[in-house]
Amino acid sequence: MNEHISYREAVKESIKKSMQDDERVFMMGEDVGRYGGCFAVSMGLQEVFGPERIIDTPLSESAFTGAGIGAALNGMRPIVEIMTANFSLLALDQIMNNAATLLHMSGGQFNVPLVIRMATGGGKQLAAQHSHSFEGWFAHIPGLKILTPATVQDAYDMVTLALADPNPVLIFENPLLYNTKGPLNTSTSPLPIGKALVHRSGKDLSILSYGINLSKALEAAEALETEGIDAEVIDLRSLRPLDDEAIIQSIKKTHRVIIVDEGWKSGSISAEIMARINEQAFFDLDAPMQRVCTTEVPLPYAKHLEDAAIPQPEKIIEMARKLMEEI
Amino acid sequence: MTMDLTLANKFYTQMLLIRRFEEKSVELYSNEKIRGFLHLYNGEEAVAVGVMHALSLDDAVLATYREHGQALARGIPAKNIMAEMYGKVEGCSRGRGGSMHLFDAQTRFYGGNAIVAGALPLAVGMALSDKMMNKNRVTVCFFGDGAVAEGEFHESLNLAVLWELPILFVCENNRYAMGTALEFTQSETDISKKAAAYRLSSHQVDGMDVIKVAEAAEQAVSQIHAGKGPVFLECLTYRFRAHSMFDAELYREKEEVQQWKEKDPLRVFEDRLEETGLWSKIKVKEIEDKISDLISEAVEFAENGTYEPLSDLEKFVYSPEVTS
Repeated sequence: MNEHISYREAVKESIKKSMQDDERVFMMGEDVGRYGGCFAVSMGLQEVFGPERIIDTPLSESAFTGAGIGAALNGMRPIVEIMTANFSLLALDQIMNNAATLLHMSGGQFNVPLVIRMATGGGKQLAAQHSHSFEGWFAHIPGLKILTPATVQDAYDMVTLALADPNPVLIFENPLLYNTKGPLNTSTSPLPIGKALVHRSGKDLSILSYGINLSKALEAAEALETEGIDAEVIDLRSLRPLDDEAIIQSIKKTHRVIIVDEGWKSGSISAEIMARINEQAFFDLDAPMQRVCTTEVPLPYAKHLEDAAIPQPEKIIEMARKLMEEI
Repeated sequence: MTMDLTLANKFYTQMLLIRRFEEKSVELYSNEKIRGFLHLYNGEEAVAVGVMHALSLDDAVLATYREHGQALARGIPAKNIMAEMYGKVEGCSRGRGGSMHLFDAQTRFYGGNAIVAGALPLAVGMALSDKMMNKNRVTVCFFGDGAVAEGEFHESLNLAVLWELPILFVCENNRYAMGTALEFTQSETDISKKAAAYRLSSHQVDGMDVIKVAEAAEQAVSQIHAGKGPVFLECLTYRFRAHSMFDAELYREKEEVQQWKEKDPLRVFEDRLEETGLWSKIKVKEIEDKISDLISEAVEFAENGTYEPLSDLEKFVYSPEVTS
């Protein structure tokens, strides 16, 4: 089936379909039911599935995330929604110390087929406690899988992929994407977790991005084309596992790379990707690797400051020009 | 509770097994056979044995890092617990967990959790899913008095009562959160009162008396089965040994330890059986010998166990399929 719908609708439709197909699937989180979800993703779902399967929770991130882990251990397929990545830190103990470790600590006896969705990223003037991007942090943790849907297709597919996975999977959705529209094809099987996707083929340099930054990278690539620079744009899709093969293959073709990541540079997923390229394709590089990341400040409220802090197409364009000047 | 010889033998044997197992563990720790942290259950045996008695095999158990007693009373074979502490693949967690992380799918033993209060949210989820699936079974969650200071304790109690979940919360109040006494950490030292504020059925029990614990647990479990939501038991107990093998015990008086040792659960049980005339029928020597053999076998099993090959190091990080 081919449709043109919003990213928000895609997430909702995927949750709805999964709940219709599998009675073990349920959803819980703050304001997901009566309110309809803080970003309206679950709007109307409680009317369809009832308050027993679309469960409103109190503001107890640690307990309801842990409850999701417990329910997963006990045979259910919970989807836990956490309002923003910043609030997920209140549940970090459960995610790190239980979800990511139980399979290992139990010698393979107990796995945690849990899905946690949360909003990530800035750009809405929500300042320093609602805007940060922690997907790179979570990608540090063995035992978790980290997905970052950038398109309507992936917004739909990644819920399905995550629910089908026997491990804890975290999905990071940038709220600025919820209103974006795009094509959705539900008749083919989704591209698996751990596979990156080349959105634009090019020969001069590779731009690696994920989530909201895919559209910024594509915008930059179009502008660069008018200057005669042919950029390849890759959507990483999954930060853990990373698709090393796709990354290295692209580097071997273009020999230049820019990584676009809304995390801070220090200790980030962009740093990890650079390290892997260094390990696996150092001699294929014609120029030092570069990255466009968030300036190392807690995100400010004022629009001009926030815009200046996070990656923008102009910054990618500027970085690409500089990179092409390197011999 | 009707105490007959079969039950008396069971309680005595289980408590003595835990005591002797812990004593052996100390010895093996000193001989560097067991490493890492080792938290001993001596003195608290009546709690695990009394509570486990009230459960059926269908029920689920979550415990803390001081969980040898719960594991043994639940029926995980001593040899697999010992092998776990030896770091051997025959251990109940294949040597991946050690003393603090005993797991066993067969007895629905969901671990030793070494984050204080970390298992309470899991218990909420397990009970929630039982309720959703209409499975009339109980999730029991053990934790110490230290957990009461954690946010997860309060979040979980609130959810359990709000959603009327089939959970038995068992607080093992041994009066010290590691080395800090309850009066230095709690505004209200009567934990059962604190729990009652969440509007759940909350009771304080003499945790040194296995019969009292078992009676309270049986009553709690039947109340939970009747669909009346969670029950909270605060078991007043005491650990006879230090917090862990690294603890010099500078924070409590020897007299206090001595006073509690007079309430040794084995001795209390002996007194209770004397009252009913059952004690003379307990064959103490036979039980001691049986336990001694069992522990020797466990040590031998652990000694002869194998180490997981290094090539398996990265196993059990991701699951290719659903195992739970």
